[in-house]
Parts: sequence; C-alpha cells; structure tokens
Amino acid sequence: MSDSSIGQPVHRREDERFLRGQGRYTDDIHLPGEAHAYFLRSPHAHARIRGIGTAAAAQADGVVAVLTGEDLAADGVGGLPCGWQITDVDGNPMKEPAHPPLAQGKVRYVGDAVAVVIAESYWQAKDASELIEVDYEPLEAVASAARALTDGAPRVHDEFDDNCCYVWEIGEGGEVDAAFDSAAHTVSVDITNNRLIPNAIEPRAAIAQYTPGEERYTLYTTSQNPHVTRLLMSAFVLQIPEHKLRVVAPDVGGGFGSKIFHYAEEAVLTWASRRVARPVRWTAERSESFTTDAHGRDHVTRAEMALDGDGHFQAMRVRTTANMGAYLSTFAPSVPTILYATLLAGQYRTPKIHCRVTAAFTHTTPVDAYRGAGRPEATYVVERLVDACGRALGIDQAEIRRRNFIPKDAFPYQTPVALNYDVGDYEATLDAAMEMADVAGFEQRRAEARSRGRYRGIGYSTYIEACGLAPSNIAGALGARAGLYEAGEVRLHPTGKVTVFTGSHSHGQGHETTFAQVVSDRLGIGIEDVEIVHGDTDRVPFGMGTYGSRSLAVGGTAIMRALDKVIDKSRKIAAHMLEVDAADVEYDDHGTFRVAGTDRTLSMPEIAFSAYVPHNYPLETLEPGLDEMAFYDPTNFTYPAGSHICEVEVDPETGRVEIVNFTAVDDFGNVINPMIVEGQVHGGLAQGIGQALLEACVYDDASGQLVTGTYMDYTMPRADDLPSFRVDTRNTPCTHNPLGVKGCGEAGAIGAPPAVVNAVIDALGPLGVHDIGMPLTPVRVWQAIQQAGGSRAA
Amino acid sequence: MYAFEFHRASDIDDALKQLGADDEAQLIAGGQTLLQSLRQRLAMPSTLVDLGGLTELAGIERDGDALNIGAMTRHADVAGAAAVHDAIPALAVLAGGIGDAQVRNMGTLGGSIANNDPAADYPAGLVGLGATVVTTEREIAADDFFTGMFETALGEHELILGVRFPVPRRAGYVKFPQPASRYVLVSVMVAETDEGVRVAVSGAGPCVFRVPEMERALAADFRPEALDGIRVDPGGLNEDLHATPEYRAHLVGVIARRAVAAALS
Amino acid sequence: MLKIEANDSHRVTLTLNGRERSGNARPRTLLSDFLRHELGATGTHVGCEHGVCGACTVRVDGVASRACLMLAVQADGRRVDTVEGLAGDDGPLSDLQAAFRRHHALQCGFCTAGILNSCADFLGRERDPSEAQVRDMLSGHLCRCTGYTGIVRAVLEVAAQRREQRQEERDDV
Repeated sequence: MSDSSIGQPVHRREDERFLRGQGRYTDDIHLPGEAHAYFLRSPHAHARIRGIGTAAAAQADGVVAVLTGEDLAADGVGGLPCGWQITDVDGNPMKEPAHPPLAQGKVRYVGDAVAVVIAESYWQAKDASELIEVDYEPLEAVASAARALTDGAPRVHDEFDDNCCYVWEIGEGGEVDAAFDSAAHTVSVDITNNRLIPNAIEPRAAIAQYTPGEERYTLYTTSQNPHVTRLLMSAFVLQIPEHKLRVVAPDVGGGFGSKIFHYAEEAVLTWASRRVARPVRWTAERSESFTTDAHGRDHVTRAEMALDGDGHFQAMRVRTTANMGAYLSTFAPSVPTILYATLLAGQYRTPKIHCRVTAAFTHTTPVDAYRGAGRPEATYVVERLVDACGRALGIDQAEIRRRNFIPKDAFPYQTPVALNYDVGDYEATLDAAMEMADVAGFEQRRAEARSRGRYRGIGYSTYIEACGLAPSNIAGALGARAGLYEAGEVRLHPTGKVTVFTGSHSHGQGHETTFAQVVSDRLGIGIEDVEIVHGDTDRVPFGMGTYGSRSLAVGGTAIMRALDKVIDKSRKIAAHMLEVDAADVEYDDHGTFRVAGTDRTLSMPEIAFSAYVPHNYPLETLEPGLDEMAFYDPTNFTYPAGSHICEVEVDPETGRVEIVNFTAVDDFGNVINPMIVEGQVHGGLAQGIGQALLEACVYDDASGQLVTGTYMDYTMPRADDLPSFRVDTRNTPCTHNPLGVKGCGEAGAIGAPPAVVNAVIDALGPLGVHDIGMPLTPVRVWQAIQQAGGSRAA
Repeated sequence: MYAFEFHRASDIDDALKQLGADDEAQLIAGGQTLLQSLRQRLAMPSTLVDLGGLTELAGIERDGDALNIGAMTRHADVAGAAAVHDAIPALAVLAGGIGDAQVRNMGTLGGSIANNDPAADYPAGLVGLGATVVTTEREIAADDFFTGMFETALGEHELILGVRFPVPRRAGYVKFPQPASRYVLVSVMVAETDEGVRVAVSGAGPCVFRVPEMERALAADFRPEALDGIRVDPGGLNEDLHATPEYRAHLVGVIARRAVAAALS
Repeated sequence: MLKIEANDSHRVTLTLNGRERSGNARPRTLLSDFLRHELGATGTHVGCEHGVCGACTVRVDGVASRACLMLAVQADGRRVDTVEGLAGDDGPLSDLQAAFRRHHALQCGFCTAGILNSCADFLGRERDPSEAQVRDMLSGHLCRCTGYTGIVRAVLEVAAQRREQRQEERDDV
C-alpha cells in the first residue's frame, strides 16, 4: 500500500497553488479589451416599471451600453428555465412563471435586475447606473409564505390566480389519520426552519466573450456545474449552438449549492458580449450576493407523531409551507418535495407517514438548494419531534431513538416515503458518539456548570440523508427534467501519465486529490502522474456537476466505470503483447497484468506505451489508444447517517449559548481520504451550528425589504463562535456502487441544527423552556426564559 | 465609492487648512468606518484629508495622575501598551475588544470618538473614566463631548489632538457584543475615581449615557450586589434585530454587575 | 502635502513582497483592487465590500490590515506583504503554509490568503498563544468551508514548532 492509496489521508494537491496565492478564480481572469458590467437592481420588492430612461446614463463617461429587459426581449432572449416540475395533488403541473433575466414590466424582489450598464471601468458603470431613471409604481409586497397564501395577499405573478406554486403530498393520509385516532400518545411540534443566505466567500462572478470569426462564445463563471449552465443557455435562454458555447468554471471559492443554478447575469453577459463586441466582466458586490444568490430553507412546519404506550412510533403527519421566493430557481421545486419529504422516516421504523407541502411565491429572492437542501429541513422536523416525544413520555433521549431505530439486520429497508435504504447500523454510530461525548459523565458536568450559574444541556440528532443524487428514473418520476447521472473519462498518455476528466466540479472538496487517489490506486500509477480536469465544457465531455454529496458516489463511480473499460482494453493489449489469450491475463487491481500461473507481467505504463505505438495490432479486434469514458447513473441513492451530540452551556442572565462540545460520528461508507472527509464534516457542522445559533435571513414582511443585507446584521459563524469538533466514523459500505462510498459533504449541516436546539431545550428545561425557534440568539433565549418565568433576573 | 479628491496632510495646520477650504471635505484617520460607508455610497465627501502622516498625534504617555493618548493612536497600541496596563487595565481591555485584529491595527482613538457610533466601545470608556478630549481649540469633558447619535461637540474645523484619561482607583469594562457585527450591543465602563463612581453605557441608547442610580449605589458599596434591584428604563433605548429595548435595559444591569466584578478582580 | 484631484491618476510605488512595484491609482482606488488589477497580484482576494470578511487582509509595514479598507494612495511608499511572498518565488512552502496543508486548514482556498497574513502577523507577536487567542485572531475572517478547526490546529502547531526551534537554538548556544 502506498501513502496515496485509497483510505490514506493524502495532503491535498490543490493546496500548493492556493497556499501560494496562485489559484485562478473567475475575477482573477482578464481578457483583452474587456468592459465592465454593473447591474442596476430594484430597491422595491414589488413594483410596476412604467418606464426606464437610459439616455443620460448612455451619455455618461466611459459608458459602452445600457441595456434593459426590452432589449433582451427584442433579441428573443428567453427566460431562465426551471429544471424540475412538480405535479400537484390534483395531477396538475406546478405554476411556473416566466423569469426574464432582466425585469420586464414588473420587479418582484429587492435585487431583481432592471438594467445593465457596460462601461470602460467598473466605477464608471456604477456611477452611470445612478443616472438611469426607472419610473417605478411601488406595489404591495409579501415576504412570508404563510401570508402569501392568504386571501387577498398581493399577487407575485399576475398570470396566476394566487401565490400557490403547488400543493404536493406523499404517503397515505387516510391511514395516518386512522393511526392517530387510535394512538396511545400524540406529540406535536410547530417549527420554523429559518431562511439562510449561503454566503460563499467568493462572490459570484462571470466574464463573457464572443469571437465573431468563430461564432463562438466563452463564459467564465463561478459555477458548480458548467455543463448544466451551457445546456440551459443553449437549449433555452440564448439558443446558442451548444458546440459554439464554452463554459469554464475555474477555481471556485465555495458554493454550498448557491452556484449550482443558472443565473440571470450569466445569460445577460453572454448576450451582451456579442452586442457590444467586447468581453464583458462582472463580479458581485457582497450586497448583491445577499439579494441575488439563491437563498436556502424557509419552511414552516407542523409535525405530529402518534405513539403506542411503549413509545414506539406509529405514524407521523407533517404539514409544511415552503417559500419559493419570487421565481423558480433551477432546482427549487425539488427541495421541499423529493429532497425533503422522502427523508421524514429518518432512522426510524415509523410505519406510516404522510406529508403535505404547500409551496408559495413571495416577493423575495428565489430559494433553492443550500447545503443539505431539504434534508436539513426534514432532519430538523424529525429530530425535534423525536426529542419532544422523549420528553412527553419521559423516555431518555437515547432510548427513544434506540427503541425506534431500523435494526441493522432489517436492510434493505423500504420506508413509507419512497426510499429504500440499502445499509446502515444506527446503534453503532450512537454508541460511539455517546462514548466519545462522555454522556456517562454529563450529569456531573451539568451540576458543576450549575454551581457556576450556567445551565448545561445535551442534545441528540440521529439523522439520515439521501445522497448521491440521483437515480435518473426516480428523479424523473418525481419531476426532474434531466437525468442525474455523471460522466468521466480516463486518458492514459503514451508515457503512462494519466489525465482524468470529470463532470463533477471541485470548489473546495478536494477532487483533485481524492479522485487521483482512486485512479492511482486502481491503475498502480503514482498519484503525481495523475491529473484531474474539471470545470471546462471544452475539455470534459459532459457532466451534471457537484451537489447533493454526489461527486464521489456518482462522479467517482463514472470514473471507476471508465477505469474498468481501460483495464478491459489493457487486458486485451497485454494478451496481444504476451501472445496469450485475454482470458489468461490476470489483473491485480493495482497496475500489474500477469499471465496466470507465470511470472510474465506487464505494467500499466508499458501497456499505455504499446497502445499508442501499435505496430502489429490485430486491427479487427484491437484498436490503438487508451482513452475511455463512461456515464454512470446510480441505481439508488446512498444513505449516509450518523449521530451528533451537542453539549451547551447557557448563561441565563444574557441568554448567550456556548457550545462546549460537539461530537459527530457518521457512517459515510468507505472513505477514500479521511482527512478530506473530516474537513467536510467540520465545514458542514459550522454551517449547521450557524443555522441553529446565528444565521437568519430576515425580511420585513410588509415591505419585502431585506433586513439582514450585510454582515453587520447577518451573523456568520466565526472562529470564536465554534468549538473544536470531535468527529469519527463507523462505516458500513454502500452496497450499490463499486467504491462503497456514500458522500459526506452535507452531513454536518443536516445533523447539527436539531442537536444544538435539543441541547438548549434540555439545558433550559429546569427554567420551564420547552421550545425556542432558530436561530437561538441571546435575545431569543432570554425572551424564552422570561416567558417561562424562570430567570432570577425576571 | 464616489470620486473624491485626496490630500495627505503634512501637519495639523495643513489638515485644518484643507478642512477650512472645503465644506465637503472629510478627515480620514484609520479609515475603518469611513471607507466602509464610502464603499456603500453612504457618504459623498468632495475631499478626503488623510491624517495618516501625522505621527505626532500617535502616542501614549503617563503624565502624573493621567494617561494621555494621542488621537491617531491605534486600538492595538492602546491594548498592548504597558503604560495602559499599568494605569488603566480596563482601557486596555476595551481597546483589545474593539472590532477584530485588523480593525484594531488600523482604527484610531480619535477616529472612533469623532464618529460617535452608538455601538462603539470608546464612548463608554471616555465617559466612564471621566476623560477629557483635547482639540485644536479647547478641552472638552467627555460628558459634554458625546452629544447624540453620531454627533459630538466638535466644531466643523476642529481636530482632536488626544484624550486625557485620569487614572482611576479601579475600573472595569465589559462588553456584550452584537453577534453579527461584533460592535457593542451593551457595554459598561465602571470606574471608581477620586471624584466618585462613574457608570457609563454604550450600545444601549442612541448615545453613551451614565446611570446615576448605579453610581450612587456603588459609591456606597462598590460590589456587584449593590446593583441588584436597580432597573434601567427601556424607554428610549435602541431597538433592532438583535435586541429589544427591554433586553438592552436588562443587559445594562447584568453587564454593569460584571464590570464591577471585573474592576474588583 | 500630497494632493490628487478626484479623476487624476497618481503613481503609487510600494514595496510588494520585497520588490519595488508601481502603478497608477485614482484617489478612490482601493489597495485591494490596486494589488489585484494594477499589479496583477491576484493572490489577495476580495469577498465583501464592507470590511468584514477579511479575505483581502495583507500586511502593511508588517501589520495585518484589510486591503479593502485602505486606499492605494495611502499605501504609497510603504511595505506591503501578500500571500505571494510567504514562500520564496519557487521555494518550499513556509512553515505556516505547510501546516495549513497538513491540517487541511483550507478547502476552496478563497479566504486563505487573508487568513495566512493575519496568522503570520499574529505568530510574530504571540509566541505561546492559547486556542482562545487564536480563535479571537481568526474572528477577523470568515471562512465558510473549514469550520476553522483545521486552521486553529495549524496555527497552534506552528507556534509550538517555533518555540521548540527557539529552544533548540538557545540550547546550541
């Protein structure tokens, strides 16, 4: 085994360039003759545009062009398409409004783009934008989904009768209701999953160039899936022939979902680059990131559990209202449906589940997938509800979970909400987490904290997620307009070096290391001789990109399939070179072919060299070259799961919550690079804890103004908000992909929030607090204590 | 950022001359607040007069029963100075808790107090310690200097030279930060001086204020418990996403007790 | 006294990573934009326009400062050190950079340059920092990827290594 084999914590290869300041991000790229774009955005959440006066701006210093929605329409530029169509309870398609890249007739959220100014410099473009005279007729707005669904609420889209995008359900409602009628106990929770702003630290950016002599467009953009962006722009928005559009996503500074989607600016810049016959660049200011990067979460849910006399779950009933924002972002409809309601079984044997989801349009930024996407919302519902069940029935929090776990011998396990879990061992992660978190010593720590005037609590979250998005047939049945397979290509060069092309995209996940480990291990070629190429539609054959913890499980498997083809062909070449039958050539899985029962061997580089100097190949049966590609479509989701235990101390005088310990034991299946996996967990935990304690995207409901539009009001997790995390794994290999991997990118964001909230509720139980809404800011915690009447200072 | 003219002042007279020559001119010291508001186009000065070259305004000096700190002294220098630790450790705590390391490396005492952000640390420090602001024109008691939200007693063509802090018998400063911005949500400087006890609060109201009832109670009994039962009226206190007036009023009591404890430790 | 009209360009000369470099800047040109787009030193990144995220942190005369909260003209004549100068031109990674790699203290790499500069300044001042001090220093930065644990480990390890080194040097004397 080499130190770069599968399973080794190989230090990342991409770090060399990042640590030296040699990363190449979109805004680092300059093209000759480039002009700068500035987008004028709506200050109103809802207004009719009576007219746009661009004359003064067009005359301003340095201005090249001022373009509006009318210009787009005149050129036949289409709206931004939605990649997912939900069918509602009545069998009708969801309401799907037009989404013009620059507003036409109306603006529908603060930040909606109204015009673009292109100038010689960024400052000139921004200065000129202030000369554009937009005649707005401000209209009533609505920001909350609940109010948007009431009679008489301001309508977001005039073409529809109301703001309901769809009502969708899963499970058998009648059976669930019957179970509730006969239950020994019922427990309910009313919870809000707070809206979040993704806040990748690299703002979105794009540069578009049109080359008339070749009729070719090139778009550099901060994307998690450049091929999808190219497809949408070619097939729908701009109808550029796909082979004439190159989309490049170079180094990308974090995505967390927000860079999956095809955004208006990408289309406008690409279109404009041809109109002004110059490259056009744009980088979002952070204030634009706040108002235009797709937001996440924003669910309001009532969830109920029916239990028998022993605390066994009998049935679960869930009603959720989801905020879609003003328009449907690329994957938005899937988030509160397939990615949410199908996860409501959690790790439990709840036999009957029914969930109804109502999705609403509001005058807010579009909401779409953000790290976890639907699964954090589901986990929060399940784990808060399970916790409430434990408290209501007086059953220990670990015990109520164990009592309802799907036992490890029950896999494959069919849930009542469509998923079929292939494998897992939930007791194992819970046992390990409890040991690591020293649950046995907790009561002593609680008492010690109490002597210092602090309230200490412990909270659990035993979560499951569905990753490796996604089996195309299931996704298609649930509304996906595309398949969710992945492509990979493995090219051996004559000298035995390897270039791998993957449709996955790395923006922090370390693919250039992990994928190289897989290839190096399988081919027996040193990791330094393997290069991973991603993020360029001209180089990579195809790809569906990176999201849903799919890169290794789906993209990695595509590479494995391509490797299988390389090895199959290599075997034939070896047989030819060794003058034996291919059936007699054995492969040791690490780079050596051997004639069975002999010491006659060939290495992969020797075969590669032969493949490119094929002087005497039997050309009927063996073609030259060693370059194979594969598409892989998974047969099932993968099901990472785990147990997170959070320990907090609350200062009852100020309401401040401190996380004193956070333990996560996860089951990710096989692990290729444990260092990278641990890092993914850490990052997810920070975002999950951020949601629980700090982060909230707040709109003023009446005006639709974003209240938390800067880092002065939107609380990002900083180093001194977080503890050092204790993480470990107890892995059961995935049964349906060759690497046995499940995915780890979202686990922390999914598992952490209920663990934190449950811990605070546990801490404040003695003060009579049984519920607090996220984020648990000091003022909210203090108010909860006041309302419970438990503070000494009250 | 809008376009502006830039002058680097060569000395105090030059800075005053530039200010006098242009009504729309603005001084820039450390720039940590001003450049933020310029970038967000919240301000539109015609000219920036940069004080960065006026090294004579930076420095910390013990002068008998007082500590003199120059207007251009960076927060990090106040936090790290032995003279401050010896004379008024609470002031070192205050300066060491402003913003973050990069802000403390650039931000200045003069810039902070001239801006008088209601959520800044220094106003409570100056008022709580009974400091005096020394300007090109006069000396102004801290009690009279901070006149309202983002407003001070400074005249249009008046420059802060420094601040004189009388050394207290003991003092304590505790800050409860606003979670997002890390500015002050509520902070309290408590000082026992030769003239009596002073309690000054930043963050809670539109401008720094003193709490006479707490000062009287502590003058009689300088212990945290002496403040038990004293209530601050939430009327007129700030309300925002991060705190209600009631919460701020409550925190004033909690943080004041902790400041007294800090002064005693 | 230096005076620059609003729309005039001024020749700004500074010492960037030990080398004299100059370029044109208007009064409103930020140091961050000047470094990136005028001098081509794109290792320094910009993550927000309001002086919070810390990605643009450089060292001005050795002191960690946000390049987005400083005008290029204010840096005229001063020493500016950026991420590009931490290792030699083609030399090995510095101890700090190597520790970041070892502890997986970066993922997307975007905030890393600023964090490295703050850490470099900090480790020059604090020889035996506690975890709380390291976290306080890092609170001037937003990293959305790592959760900070790896960064904290890396900084503490470098501090310990340097203490050991100094001890050995003393022992040798």
